[in-house]
Amino acid sequence: MIHDEEFETLPREALDAIQLKRLQQLAEKVYATVPFYKKAFDKKGVKPEDIKALEDLQKLPFTMKQDLRDNYPFAMFATPMENVVRIHASSGTTGKPTVVGYTRRDIDTWSWLMARTLAAAGTHRGDIVHNAYGYGLFTGGLGFHYGAERLGASVIPVSGGNTKRQILLMKDFGPTVLTCTPSYALHLAEVAADEGVDFKSLKFRVGVFGAEPWTENMRLEIESQLGMEAVDIYGLSEVMGPGVAVECIEAKKGLHIFEDHFIPEIIHPETGEVLPYGEPGELVFTTLTKEAFPLIRYRTRDLSVLYREPCKCGRTLVRMGRITGRSDDMLIVRGVNVFPSQIESVLMARKDVAPYYLLIVDRIEHMDTLQVDVEISEAVFSDAVKDLQHVERDIEKDIKDMLGVSCKVRLVEPKAIQRSEGKAQRVIDKRKLR
Amino acid sequence: MTVEQISIFLENRAGRLAEISRVLGEAGVNIRALSLADTSDFGILRLIVSDNDKAKAALKEHGFTVGKTNVVAVEVEDRPGGLNRILEILSRENINVEYMYAFVHHSGENAVIIFRFDDIDGAVKLLVNNNIKVLEGDTVYRL
Repeated sequence: MIHDEEFETLPREALDAIQLKRLQQLAEKVYATVPFYKKAFDKKGVKPEDIKALEDLQKLPFTMKQDLRDNYPFAMFATPMENVVRIHASSGTTGKPTVVGYTRRDIDTWSWLMARTLAAAGTHRGDIVHNAYGYGLFTGGLGFHYGAERLGASVIPVSGGNTKRQILLMKDFGPTVLTCTPSYALHLAEVAADEGVDFKSLKFRVGVFGAEPWTENMRLEIESQLGMEAVDIYGLSEVMGPGVAVECIEAKKGLHIFEDHFIPEIIHPETGEVLPYGEPGELVFTTLTKEAFPLIRYRTRDLSVLYREPCKCGRTLVRMGRITGRSDDMLIVRGVNVFPSQIESVLMARKDVAPYYLLIVDRIEHMDTLQVDVEISEAVFSDAVKDLQHVERDIEKDIKDMLGVSCKVRLVEPKAIQRSEGKAQRVIDKRKLR
Repeated sequence: MTVEQISIFLENRAGRLAEISRVLGEAGVNIRALSLADTSDFGILRLIVSDNDKAKAALKEHGFTVGKTNVVAVEVEDRPGGLNRILEILSRENINVEYMYAFVHHSGENAVIIFRFDDIDGAVKLLVNNNIKVLEGDTVYRL
């Protein structure tokens, strides 16, 4: 269902006109209020009034994650603190967290975009939303919460963790919509099975999954094991949180970006050159309507592709492909680019092992080694050593065929690999490269 | 004339073997014979127990990956050359032994050898035709 018919189905020219007007206002605003942007614009020799057409966006400087850290905590805000009603922060796995702020109107815009998001995924008034995204500094929990309320659905703000109790609430409250990370969805199914609860007997109709990269195969796995449709969403706290882009349930092919609020670009991760539609590269966002924490050409490090082909749902918005990896999480093993999500695709395609893996990269006598831990399943278990070794060699061959890199597969016991309730830890890099 | 054996996947990690024996003990399952195959990565524990279903259920409940295989139990006299006679017969007919292990039961006179064959029916037929004593499952579980 299209929640905001007018803005989600605008003709291209009308959308372009809105984007240009908003971009011009944004450039003026950040140049006047954020010292970082004044300096960055001046360094590039560009003034806000140089933005005469949408293409002129390319004249503006990029914003990097490091810039946000350098301006920790509030120096990137474009409004005085007294107008900021909410603070969120991203998990600071490396160094300080990145801090984002919202004005009253930003929260309102965000809720509206999340209502659009949930509607696109097939949610409506009358639905009960089991929201297992974490509540707190992370944008996932509250983002979904406000969106579901705005849509008029009933929200269960269960947050992450205490999985057994979540199963109980699912049985008793009869939620129809599940929102969480895709790996947590599979974890819920496992715990439900352990508790003797058949997930498919629950009332769920659709799940809205994001906050970590996943694959088409994982979608099939979730849909068959959990008995619901699985929809992919995209967002990141720096840009707003969830609600930047979403798949429509009609097509489930590519995520519609809410272009009246964000301008996406795809660039070459090394040269920064803007790439044409259809070419994969790093996703870059400019926020058009945010007041407290606007961003010019923010480099997400997420790898994707943009395409303009019309969608059967009727939305005219550009679509982005699934995130296929991170330009900075990318591992280079013996000169080969390895994205951890590719390993998952290989395991999913086999259907006889679980899609959980742990990559261990090391450097032994100047040679990179790649070990992939994979959980044994009853389907491949045998009482004969040579059969299990054959399974290991067979998975190694699949990985070699798909990634072009040889590795050592090691079978481990079921559930030996950590199930994360947030973003899963999938790589241990023991090389001392930095 | 086959015996059911259960096998368990084991990561090479301290305490896993003890965990298995604890689970079986608590379930009241007696271990008749066992063999452990190991590689640098993992191990496979093979067991003949007093109650297969009970053992399997208890182990699975504790998260172990458990398989079931049919093996052949053969009784041989516990004296020099006893095993060799059987292996000669098998080798003559090109019956391949996947793996084997042996134990002596408490009556003391005879040893029991557990064989895992690819061609289990062919092997049993051959052994019986050569007057080798092949034991029934129920006999072995109660030994």
